[in-house]
Amino acid sequence: MSNPLPDMEKPDVIFCIGTNMTEAHPVAATRLKKALARGAKMIVADPRRIGLSEMADLYLPLRVGSDAALLLAMAHVIAREGLVNEAFVADRTTEAEAFLAHVEEFTPEWASEITGLPPADIEAAALLYGRADRGAIFYTLGITEHVCGVDNVQSLCNLALMTGNIGREGTGINPMRGQNNIQGAGDCGAIPNNYPGFQPVTDPANQAKFEQAWGRRVELEKGITKVKALDLAGTEIRAMIIDGENTVVSDPDREHCEHALKSLDHLVVIDIFLTETAELADVVLPATSWAETDGTCTNTDRRIQRLRAAVPPAGDARPDWWIVSQIAKRLGAPGFDYERAADVFDELCRVSTTYHGVNWAKVSAAGANYHWPVPFDGHPGTPRLHEDGFINGRGVFKQIRYRDPAEVVDDDYPVWLTTGRRLETYHTRTQTGRSAGIDYLAPHEVLEVNPGDVEDWGLRDGGFARMASRRGEVVVQVKATTRSPRGTVFASFSYNDVPVNILTGAGYDPVTDTAELKVCPVRLEPHEGPPRPGAGDVAAD
Amino acid sequence: MAQDTKGPTLVLDGEEVAFTPGETIYQVAERHRREIPTLCYDDRLEPFGGCRLCIVSVEGGRNPVASCTTRAEAGQRVTTKGGALEMHRRVLLEMVASEQRDVDVDPLSGYASQELSTLVDRYDARTGRFAGAGSGASRPDDPNPFILRDYENCISCYRCVRVCAEQEGDYAISVKNRGFDTQITVEFDGILKDSACTFCGQCVQTCPTGALADLKALAHRAREGETEKTRTICPYCGVGCSVDVLTRGDRVVGIHPAMDGPANEGALCVKGQFAFDFVHHPDRLTTPLIRDDHGHLVPASWDEALDKAAAGLLEAVNEHGRHSVYAVASGRAPNEAAYTMQKLVRAGLGTSYIDNCSRA
Ligand code: SF4
Ligand code: SF4
Ligand code: FES
Repeated sequence: MSNPLPDMEKPDVIFCIGTNMTEAHPVAATRLKKALARGAKMIVADPRRIGLSEMADLYLPLRVGSDAALLLAMAHVIAREGLVNEAFVADRTTEAEAFLAHVEEFTPEWASEITGLPPADIEAAALLYGRADRGAIFYTLGITEHVCGVDNVQSLCNLALMTGNIGREGTGINPMRGQNNIQGAGDCGAIPNNYPGFQPVTDPANQAKFEQAWGRRVELEKGITKVKALDLAGTEIRAMIIDGENTVVSDPDREHCEHALKSLDHLVVIDIFLTETAELADVVLPATSWAETDGTCTNTDRRIQRLRAAVPPAGDARPDWWIVSQIAKRLGAPGFDYERAADVFDELCRVSTTYHGVNWAKVSAAGANYHWPVPFDGHPGTPRLHEDGFINGRGVFKQIRYRDPAEVVDDDYPVWLTTGRRLETYHTRTQTGRSAGIDYLAPHEVLEVNPGDVEDWGLRDGGFARMASRRGEVVVQVKATTRSPRGTVFASFSYNDVPVNILTGAGYDPVTDTAELKVCPVRLEPHEGPPRPGAGDVAAD
Repeated sequence: MAQDTKGPTLVLDGEEVAFTPGETIYQVAERHRREIPTLCYDDRLEPFGGCRLCIVSVEGGRNPVASCTTRAEAGQRVTTKGGALEMHRRVLLEMVASEQRDVDVDPLSGYASQELSTLVDRYDARTGRFAGAGSGASRPDDPNPFILRDYENCISCYRCVRVCAEQEGDYAISVKNRGFDTQITVEFDGILKDSACTFCGQCVQTCPTGALADLKALAHRAREGETEKTRTICPYCGVGCSVDVLTRGDRVVGIHPAMDGPANEGALCVKGQFAFDFVHHPDRLTTPLIRDDHGHLVPASWDEALDKAAAGLLEAVNEHGRHSVYAVASGRAPNEAAYTMQKLVRAGLGTSYIDNCSRA
């Protein structure tokens, strides 16, 4: 997030797109509710009538995967109505002229054809955001999990740049990160292109720096993404080590993924449960879980926070860093003689640019409150990004064009399936599925279908449906609900017995390789009787 | 003039103290370490002024006023303690305590659950003088596994209703009737699951009497040992709420939201509040496993397993080159896990063949 969580209470116009915040980030959503109670206005764009849409002043039920069209037309209206923040654009951005010329053709009428939204609503959204004094954008995977994920994010940046809604309290572009330490994993360099602190591996200066720090030759070439690696499994990729990820259930195109992992010569999995992924491994190494682990993690507003062990490890489980270090030593790598988590974190801070000004003692102190970047010792941290300028000089407008999803509905697969999370379950339920009481709220997966469609398609509320895509099929219980619009259905990927990710994975963003989990054309037919006994069991039981 | 430069002041128990316009007398007094008792007060909520335990006297006023709802004013002379005030508070407490079936409440009930019993002890108000009256009937028929709804212990401070509306924004519960007939209720007198309730647990944590209580924590009531608290971060989403993990012996028995947690300021969701017991689930992996010659995963020692893990990676490197090994770091494990994993790949194998789970 460009802005800190408390800023969520400060905007006068909130624009939420592709985020089901009341379910996926409920505590953050309470801050938006406070802003609304204070009088802020809210625009919510989402194909489904989610909790946030009920609180919105303007709800835009756009067709799945049509976000870029909506955003282009909003930029068009903002430009046409003279709502561009000229001073900000002149001082802080480049390529505005070309961009403003580019959006001239994208009228609300044009976007209406693609999104299914009335032109007047698109117009109203643009005016509301464009006239805001403090306009803040919030998004989640509903923006990124598309073949055009990068374009979508870039389109949101364009809107913020043209209106100057960045670098101030209550504004910003705020992606809400899904997992407790997904931000931290990237910060620490667990990505193919960057060292810790987002220092590009392709920069020779960084190569020299890390060779010096680690005493080993490091490569100047960036690596490949996990998506590519799975494609190459069994051919170029022969061995994998996976920490704490139930790849088989969480990743798109499950058949392909399972096949990929099975075709490896060697698979090492570190986890706290014997997940579906761990079951495929040659070696499974038990990690300490949350509440058993000392360490640090970094949340969605870039705050570096301490984790403290409260109970001893289960059985012979060990911390992940210890396990990885033991393997590294056996590979002959030097520099893995850590005795405690603090040693690892302090080394991370020394080599990182963004964490450089903190260390274990500082983040452990009572009241510690460090948002990265913390570039040097004594720096207070940076709750709000871009206050005094952009890191790379100027904000660059990008000329985006709308692109269709990888697959679109047709006669064979006439229904849009979109996937996501639910409040009570988390990811593949390895944890929530094993916590007492959660089943009372969410005992099994359901497919949310508009009541009109339930009838038209010969389905039954509470009955079962067979849902097929070009990649496979699942059987799932039907729930009639107006949360789903006509022609679009929703399911989460949390339940192993309804492995929705068998269906998904038609395409990937060409830049990030992020899978298009949010859009998948499917076909639905009634199915008699439950799918199979034991439905509702936790994954891996 | 002096006042212009130092801002407004008032006199608190004879001492001149500064305040910021808009502050209540209670806030000023609390900053100066006066121990004014409160029951319906939660500093995150709009002051309510219902219990009147926080009364103070202001010179010139006929009756004592509730300090939590009275704004500080320049030149006020405020007294926070003294015989008459203490007497008044004691009587109020005796009335409140009489609404209560149990004055002794298990601390596992919730974060604020000891507030009433602590005050009753402080004022020695266990008399049963007003015995017989009570607010509300309990709801043993609500089968939810998280929240005990024992309104026999309710004192009508409305903190639950207010936290649900003002903090959580769910408006799931409300107040029916007034006086001794007061009842905290949900829509249509139903059960929580059928209401707007999201089981965030905030009402449980602000309840000062244990009328609303944490059923999952209370299940450990009989467990040996002192309850200890460890400050850490919730293991679920990226908001990063601060929590205090409650433990007895080697067992996690409950969660308190950290009221001073910068991301959450006392809030949690159903997962952070109640989905903690996976830590002790019998399915936990407690020993390394390796695949034997028959294709079964069997327990192994750490040395055996680590040797085998490393040997397989080395074999791939030796036979197919270093670009044949790939690592995936966790978005759930701490920074130290991600850092060591990318260092293993970069310094150990000399590639950048690493990713995390953010693409799916
Ligand atoms: S658990 Fe949360 S949502 Fe439910 S009644 Fe209590 S405060 Fe409201
Ligand atoms: S308590 Fe809920 S909102 Fe807070 S970090 Fe945990 S999962 Fe996220
Ligand atoms: S605390 Fe002030 S009236 Fe209850």
